[in-house]
Amino acid sequence: MASVKEDVINIIADQLALSKDQINEETDIANDLGADSLDIAEMMIAFEEKFDISINEDPAEKISTVGQVIKYIESRLNADT
Amino acid sequence: MKPRVVVTGLGHVTPLGLSVDRVWKDICLGKSGIRALTDELYLGFRSKIAGRCIDFSPENCIEPKDIKKVDRFAQFALSAAKDAVTQSGIDFSQENPYRCAAMIGSGVGGLSEIEINFGKLLEKGAARVSPFTIPKMMSNAAGGHVSIRYGLHGPSFAVSSACASSNDAISYAVQLIRHGVMDVVIAGGAEAALTRLGLAGFCAMRALSERNDEPEKASRPFDCDRGGFVLSEGSGIIILESLEHAKARKAKIFAEMLGCGALSDATHITQPDEDGTIASSAMQNALNDAGLNCEQIGYINAHGTGTILGDIAETNAIKQVFGDFAYKIPISSTKSQLGHLLGASGGVELVFCIKAIETGIIPPTINLDNPDPKCDLDYTPNHAREAKLDYILSNSFGFGGHNSTLIVGRYKD
Repeated sequence: MASVKEDVINIIADQLALSKDQINEETDIANDLGADSLDIAEMMIAFEEKFDISINEDPAEKISTVGQVIKYIESRLNADT
Repeated sequence: MKPRVVVTGLGHVTPLGLSVDRVWKDICLGKSGIRALTDELYLGFRSKIAGRCIDFSPENCIEPKDIKKVDRFAQFALSAAKDAVTQSGIDFSQENPYRCAAMIGSGVGGLSEIEINFGKLLEKGAARVSPFTIPKMMSNAAGGHVSIRYGLHGPSFAVSSACASSNDAISYAVQLIRHGVMDVVIAGGAEAALTRLGLAGFCAMRALSERNDEPEKASRPFDCDRGGFVLSEGSGIIILESLEHAKARKAKIFAEMLGCGALSDATHITQPDEDGTIASSAMQNALNDAGLNCEQIGYINAHGTGTILGDIAETNAIKQVFGDFAYKIPISSTKSQLGHLLGASGGVELVFCIKAIETGIIPPTINLDNPDPKCDLDYTPNHAREAKLDYILSNSFGFGGHNSTLIVGRYKD
């Protein structure tokens, strides 16, 4: 089974039509990858679907790097189990 | 004196292809762009034929990461605008952006986006609706994207008058330049309503041809055996600028926009007035605006969709304006080749009118084998004709009772 990290990077790469090599845990989604608020909103939907969670907080406020996304999702998955 | 308005670039996306010169050749040869819809999505539809832009690929005009953010109709507009801008040679980085605008009409807007996301809403709930739904579906998205692409700060809204949208958008663009408000306007229309909902809606109106076994023969304006129009998609965009501006940058001038006339039937939301009285007044207004008399018009590009009421109404309207001369003017409907591009049709047809002036060819109305006795004018049946054309009139009519006529002429210094 793919790790959360792999899935998150796959989704971001897919959403922004980028190569996975351009994305690591330190990558800032808005500043480094040029994602705008709609891109991020769309990514949140993709994360919700992929991990079967619901992200209610305004994610852009709390999350800027890929690593933070991974951590956030892992914490949600652990909280649910 | 009001600034003269000239055309310096042409671009389109059509079911017969994207290259203006190649499509024009095919139109004159009488080739049809109508094909069967074989996808199982259309099982059970009464009409299973359409003019789909199969050659179109958004990669040629949009960055990969942005493709999913732009609905098909706005993708068409970006592609047609790119070709028109390239041909015009205009470099917007050298222009005053506050004097450059984008007027791009659409009758429907991003219908596929609505359809896809309504499906998600029903199936998966509100939280799964894409954040791009609204910015993709809005009918002004085409103008918005074109303004962003070229950095134009002039107005960039959509004119929406169903199948008259392009002509009304171009009319408005002409006024902006004539009144000295803008120097350059990217103008025309774009439409991509060839979706299940779009097709089903027109089917329900019994507006579409159901000649499913002979797609290329299905669009037959003015013919007794017509059964409605064929739904199609695409975009037609031209670059309009003031003559002074075009001359200052030594642009090649293709034609001059001479007259615009638009009036509303104010009778029924879909049915045209059978006498064509208001449509005839719109044509007369365009002639007056151009300062031309009837006998100077060398060709009429008809709205001619292939609906019984519409074809007869337009024929009557032409007779009211042109009197006996109506029988001497070559008319044709290029919808016989392409089907009906709805809000994009006027833009594509104006491109054809300009090519007609340039090449001296009147395109045919194909599939006109058995003319309706109530349509007794010269619709240039089945074969193109050569003629020296100085002035051409192009009609577009739309649901809502919109009648919009443009007159374009050979540019003379």
